[in-house]
Amino acid sequence: MISPGYFREIPQRYRLEAGRCKKCGKVYFPPRSHCSECHSNEFETVKLSDLGKILTYTVIRVGPSNFSKETPYAVGIIEVNDGVRLTMQIADIDVNKVEIGQKVRIIFRKIQDEGKSGLHCYGYKAVVI
Amino acid sequence: MVGIVGFGSYLPRYRVKVENISKEWGADPEAIKRGLLLYEKTVPGLDEDTITISVQAARYALQRSGINPQDIGAVYIGSESHPYAVKPSGTIVIDALGIGPHVHVASYEFACKAGTEAMYVAYGLVKADEVKYALAIGADTSQGAPGDALEYSASAGGSAFIIGKDKVAAEFLFTHSYTSDTPDFWRREGEFYPRHAGRFTGEPAYFRHVVNAGKSLLEKSGMKPEDFQYAVFHMPNGKFPQMAGKQLGFTKEQIETGWIVPWMGNTYSGSSPTGLSAVLDVAKPGDKIFMVSFGSGAGSDGFIFQVTDEILNVQDKAPKVRDMLDNDKMYLDYGQYAKFRRKIILNE
Amino acid sequence: MKEVAVIGAGMTKFGELWGKSIKDIFVEAALKAINDAGVDHIDSMYVGSMSGGLFVGQEHLGAVMADYLGVTPIPSTRVESACASGGVSFRQAYLEVASGQSEIVLAGGVEKMTDGADVTDVLATAADQDYEVYQGITFPGLYAMIANAHMHQYKTKREQLAAVSVKNHRNGAKNPNAQFRSEISIDNVLNSTLVADPLRLLDCSPVSDGGAAVILCSMDIAKKFTDSPVRVRASAQASDTIALHSRRSLTTLDAVVRAAEKAYKQTGLKPSDINFAEVHDCFSIAEIVVTEDLGFFDKGCGGSGVEEGLTSLETGKIPINTSGGLKSKGHPVGATGVAQIIELYEQLQGKAGARQVKNAHIGMAQNMGGSGASCVIHILEAI
Repeated sequence: MISPGYFREIPQRYRLEAGRCKKCGKVYFPPRSHCSECHSNEFETVKLSDLGKILTYTVIRVGPSNFSKETPYAVGIIEVNDGVRLTMQIADIDVNKVEIGQKVRIIFRKIQDEGKSGLHCYGYKAVVI
Repeated sequence: MVGIVGFGSYLPRYRVKVENISKEWGADPEAIKRGLLLYEKTVPGLDEDTITISVQAARYALQRSGINPQDIGAVYIGSESHPYAVKPSGTIVIDALGIGPHVHVASYEFACKAGTEAMYVAYGLVKADEVKYALAIGADTSQGAPGDALEYSASAGGSAFIIGKDKVAAEFLFTHSYTSDTPDFWRREGEFYPRHAGRFTGEPAYFRHVVNAGKSLLEKSGMKPEDFQYAVFHMPNGKFPQMAGKQLGFTKEQIETGWIVPWMGNTYSGSSPTGLSAVLDVAKPGDKIFMVSFGSGAGSDGFIFQVTDEILNVQDKAPKVRDMLDNDKMYLDYGQYAKFRRKIILNE
Repeated sequence: MKEVAVIGAGMTKFGELWGKSIKDIFVEAALKAINDAGVDHIDSMYVGSMSGGLFVGQEHLGAVMADYLGVTPIPSTRVESACASGGVSFRQAYLEVASGQSEIVLAGGVEKMTDGADVTDVLATAADQDYEVYQGITFPGLYAMIANAHMHQYKTKREQLAAVSVKNHRNGAKNPNAQFRSEISIDNVLNSTLVADPLRLLDCSPVSDGGAAVILCSMDIAKKFTDSPVRVRASAQASDTIALHSRRSLTTLDAVVRAAEKAYKQTGLKPSDINFAEVHDCFSIAEIVVTEDLGFFDKGCGGSGVEEGLTSLETGKIPINTSGGLKSKGHPVGATGVAQIIELYEQLQGKAGARQVKNAHIGMAQNMGGSGASCVIHILEAI
């Protein structure tokens, strides 16, 4: 039963809400309660940009159980314009056409299902623009 | 004045052609294309559903309207493929868009007219000054049974409309609904594919409701077909809206812009709403738009809109339907289509 | 801190051990180590294992193994650091002896991966669950992203990755305990099934069952048990961000660099002083990156290093993974770190047979967890 854990991550997964350390300005995604740079505990909410670029990627051909029927699919590390990096799938693309450096937009998609009767789990993916 | 202050549509990029489907079932693609006036349809990706489509369409509507999502007081989504049987699609859509939590949310269903239902209720709420803005969405990822006629047309997509009183781009002038128990098409709880009554879905269902709603709308408004620049009808295939339009006295030219089914397929609750969106993409101030939806079971919602000067401020602020129909398409073969539509039995 | 010595070692064969349970495997390795050391008791023990719970439904492995080894009531502790569980188990045992708390300690590691659990899912628990795994990434996927970044930045070639697997199989063919004892060619690697581009099946370490154990004691009593104890000269450990996307660099494993820095500082040694090393080749790219981050090659030159034979048993200036590495020897996750120590131990005693490195005097074992979020390094020396 994943409801409580899923619910907690909604602001991040649906709205890309990050946390910025009030003292040193470092932005964390997901937000944290303790800054590893300056050790402050005070943060404010900021929204990440939905534009970024692909730093590296792979094409998953053998997937984890929840994604096994979706292979092949591309996953990459995307750097958004604020310098924060996230891991996400690259959607709506021929997997052989993904390249490091491509510019992307982050969109809302379904990420996985919790089995046949559990929750639909949503979040972010990237599309090349 | 109550009307549409922002609108947006989203169609998935994937397509499957009539030829790819007919090949599997030994049917004649040319006969089908002639009979249905339909060439290809949209297919949702494995990661797309009514909720993700609604979020994207609504994002475009927000972009066009320029309003603060927090000012939206009601969100209604009409679909016949809500991802949950119990848990409104709107709950996820509002959190994705930053709407609420002080907001009213509901799901609507009425086969293909659930989208216009949402629009009608949203309109009524704003007109009553109950909320400042209401968001109405019609979206679907409809299923057509393998080898069935509907497999050629059942497609995916949706449109969103933000309704308010401020900076209205298309004003609601008149509405009229016409409903009866006409069992032409339905789906029982738990069934994966819908059932339909063949030719009975035509004259006694689609045409009776669309034409009656249309006639009453014209009477109510005191207007004649010639007064309109555009007419949009529910599009289960290419032929029905042309025939309904003709029966009501509209010309092919008036229907043309909103007649998008040959390249989109039937997006069910997204059908006439997306036709409307295609019209709003290019309409000019002063244009009058006649629209009648149809939902099996059965019923029709009719609307008359008048476009204002505001349309010029909002039209170009988000992607247009014609662009989505013509560009950036990714074609699938039948196997990929069947996989995406989850028609393949998995060992679960 | 007291000086610590390794005085005995034992391991099972690595592979698909259908007939043996996790308990059977650990006990077999532990008894071999105890007999090899010739001790008549142990004071404490450590059990390194990544996920007894998810693989076989059994946690509390410290207690389970003390029970089945017949050594209750000694303290017995399960240690976990994903794929570095074995190395950390060894480090904890080392610290317990070095502190003077215990005289004779067993450091073991074990994993039973073939009892039906979805291995991809279980291994993924070593990554960031909510922000990496949720998105559909796999372990091979994470290392594949490192590979693509490394190939993009340093022009590392696909064939160089394959060369790692080829070398390790050639070594593993000489290891009686290895899971795979057949040689493979570059072509074999390049034609094997894609797992996560660019990594193919033969770039990836296998799914294995296995156990390994060593006995440590303080150097002042070591000669009572063996004529050739091996000295633990350095023990160092470091951590880094859990998610690959949070790292400072996508092509350098900072935890490896930091642990290595500490190990070199502890000993006053330089990379060129290390005669041979066992490194964590969970995927071929990992060996290339690690050999750079341990200082054996300049950054970006790990690929040409293996291609030119600089890490081969036969001609290399620094033989790497003479045991066959994780690729050929096998990778029962929790056991790997301890098995690396065993290879060092046998090499330093001159008992590595066909795999013997000439003049093996100082060896290094580098074990890491996840995509490099934890790393533990030991330097052992023949005396």
